[in-house]
Amino acid sequence: MFTNFPFFPEQASEQAAGVDAVYFFLVAVTAFFAALIAILIAVFAAKFHRRHDKEVGEAIHGSLALELLWTFIPLGITMVMFVWGAQVFFHMTRPPRGAMEIYVVGKQWMWKLQHMDGGREINELHVPVGRPVKLIMGSEDVIHSFFIPAFRAKADVIPGRYNTMWFTPSRPGQYHIFCTQYCGTKHSAMIGTVTVMEPADYQAWLSGSSAGGTMAEAGAKLFQDLSCNTCHLENGQGRGPVLKGLYGKQILLNGLQTVTMDDAYIRESILNPQAKVVSGFQPIMPTFQGLVTEEQLLQLIAYVKSLSENQGPGTAPAPAAGK
Amino acid sequence: MDTTIGAPTLNYLNNGYGLKSWLLTKDHKRIALLYLWSITAFFFLGGFFALMIRLELLTPASDFVQPDTYNKLFTMHGVVMVFFFLIPSIPAVLGNFLVPIMVGAKDLAFPRVNLLSWYIYILGGIFTIIAAVTGGVDTGWTFYAPYSTSASNSHVIMAGLGVFITGFSSILTGLNFIVTVHRMRAPGLTWFRLPLFVWAMYATSLIMILGTPVIAITVLLVAVERGLHLGIFDPALGGDPILFQHLFWFYSHPAVYIMILPAMGVVSELVQAFARKNIFGYSFVAFSSLAIAVIGFLVWGHHLFVAGQSTYAGLVFSLISFFVAIPSAVKVFNWTATLYKGSVSWDSPMLYAFGFIGLFTIGGLTGLFLATLGMDIHMHDTYFIIAHFHYVMVGGAIFGYLGGLHYWWPKITGRMYPEGWAKFACLNIFVGFNLTFFPQFIVGYLGMPRRYAMYAPEFQVYNVLSTAGATILGVGYLIPMIYFIWSLRGAPVAGQNPWGARGLEWEIPSPPPTENFPATPIVTEATHQYAPSREVGIA
Repeated sequence: MFTNFPFFPEQASEQAAGVDAVYFFLVAVTAFFAALIAILIAVFAAKFHRRHDKEVGEAIHGSLALELLWTFIPLGITMVMFVWGAQVFFHMTRPPRGAMEIYVVGKQWMWKLQHMDGGREINELHVPVGRPVKLIMGSEDVIHSFFIPAFRAKADVIPGRYNTMWFTPSRPGQYHIFCTQYCGTKHSAMIGTVTVMEPADYQAWLSGSSAGGTMAEAGAKLFQDLSCNTCHLENGQGRGPVLKGLYGKQILLNGLQTVTMDDAYIRESILNPQAKVVSGFQPIMPTFQGLVTEEQLLQLIAYVKSLSENQGPGTAPAPAAGK
Repeated sequence: MDTTIGAPTLNYLNNGYGLKSWLLTKDHKRIALLYLWSITAFFFLGGFFALMIRLELLTPASDFVQPDTYNKLFTMHGVVMVFFFLIPSIPAVLGNFLVPIMVGAKDLAFPRVNLLSWYIYILGGIFTIIAAVTGGVDTGWTFYAPYSTSASNSHVIMAGLGVFITGFSSILTGLNFIVTVHRMRAPGLTWFRLPLFVWAMYATSLIMILGTPVIAITVLLVAVERGLHLGIFDPALGGDPILFQHLFWFYSHPAVYIMILPAMGVVSELVQAFARKNIFGYSFVAFSSLAIAVIGFLVWGHHLFVAGQSTYAGLVFSLISFFVAIPSAVKVFNWTATLYKGSVSWDSPMLYAFGFIGLFTIGGLTGLFLATLGMDIHMHDTYFIIAHFHYVMVGGAIFGYLGGLHYWWPKITGRMYPEGWAKFACLNIFVGFNLTFFPQFIVGYLGMPRRYAMYAPEFQVYNVLSTAGATILGVGYLIPMIYFIWSLRGAPVAGQNPWGARGLEWEIPSPPPTENFPATPIVTEATHQYAPSREVGIA
């Protein structure tokens, strides 16, 4: 996998080629202009080298045509870069529906990963080739950044919020994971390996790794253990809203604002329940700050999310319990 | 030419010898020299940290120093080089010396404030050195929260105070320059006759007085959160870590223009003086400085492309980052065009100017990679960015500074320096610089992250090249240090105008008298008019 004198990083995701194409374009532009300037300087410095001590240069004050030329040509070229780079970026920031979701928690100085089916890994990530993978990432302490050079993919992992990134691995093999946001003593040891496997190998690996039930199952158990279920009743009679079928929907809040029920909103509602209360409910939910770990939060989110699976897209069932 | 050997005329250097005559001086030229010695000390301190970093990175393992020590080394390297060398270098040394002379004034508008700014700088430096010797600081020069406020066990507040305090020295210098340029120009010295160096200083000063208060507030907030546990940036305390990044880069991106604009001003002077030719497109070069200063305030968000800021914010910041590249490109083309039909000498200051134009071109163009959204995701926080900004800061700012120092050294000291050694040192620095930083572009694209004490073995080849280059570069910096000091005693007397250059500073003796001009000069044309102008028709 590693050669001793690499010149160019491996392309192991479907996104990598797109990034590299922009890179080559930029390298070409840079080489051209750097060479142009270097040659012009060398030629002028030689051709107009001072011949005697009293010599002076000609009084040339400038040329509007030239100024416009070398303002607008670079501007045009940079606009090509901008549009092309933005296209690649848009693609990178929009994970396809149905991407395989994996939760990542960064802490000083390790990566903890949980697969939806319950498999857990530390500093290792196993993914099948050819399938879009979306990482949902949070941090327990300071800012980290999750970087897989072979995939040309990176995103900061920030405490207090979730960042996402996605990629489609395209070539089986083992590749580096680096933390790229400085995070303290062992920042440079906060590294890992992503293993891209053929689908069959991945299934074999999966069956060996996820003994303890899925993330949603773990979340369901927490939902009971933390007594969430005593208020969030399924019959709509509880003191908290019914959670079934809400994930991904727009929710009306007290104060007539709306919010999308996503990972960040669920997280906020568990840690800081008074921040955004669903319309029609009293702000009576206690905070669970300090009672749940980052990983347990992710399990709870996975559980709530699982309550909305197998439902077609559509409008929210008006927060049903809002009497 | 006024080369009065043996008959010492009264000048700013021999006008008083005691320590008091220096420490209480209000002469802008002496204050420039106070700054020269202090920033040189900080430069070699920062260079020492850099050398330690490069020695650690010779091998993939963490073997030369502990990771904690390494983290402190790169932090102190950044803090010292950015805040105590690069930001004050050209403005506080060359700017202090030359701005009053170039506008035909006796001194800056506020000489006492000028001296105060040096004392503030030294006070900030003392805080930073105390932080370094009592155990160091390990946050990186960027002080990112919540690491700096809640996790780091090092002397963050002490180092932060150093940065906070020294910022006021920048603000005072900027204020002084702006008032001086507005109020103290000699009769006839209209804005469009000003030397381009003065334009660059003016643009830099605008950034200094508008941007520096923001970094002061930001490090103060870090100290408040760290010391009083008031939630500002740390989400565990109810704060927002991204807010820190917005505040920090709102200053620190313009700050890179504080570092590079003065060097551009120096190069504009060098190109004209050593091609004996007025600049091509004066007003485009002058206004491009202002354009950079203004647009430079609107690009900070490109440091947050991977921090989860909204896609559309990313888009806007990317677009504006491309815009800020255009005035830089305009400058490069105009400098190059100035050489055409000039009388180009290859004296050492001009070699630095050539080096600057070439290296800044690479530094600037590689900045475009980082402004390109999809590209930056991969390159963010890798060695590519390290290489890019060292091409701008070292290849650009330091080449400009050294070029300017060589050009004006005869004016400052009255002595020449050994030209052969100067050429050799310049070549040495050029080779050492490229060997150090070019491999970092490649290893960066391969994915080597910055701030790594240990790295994957396949990156080693490039790191060995870098360390070899850094050694050459280090030697290159020592050579001018040695011959400059030697030149004070042993070198030939320079005379008033050793280069045959045009400009107010070359119309007064070397070294200049304390009051600069015997009588206020009257200016009738722009600087660097060598040949009779075809359009204007007056020499």
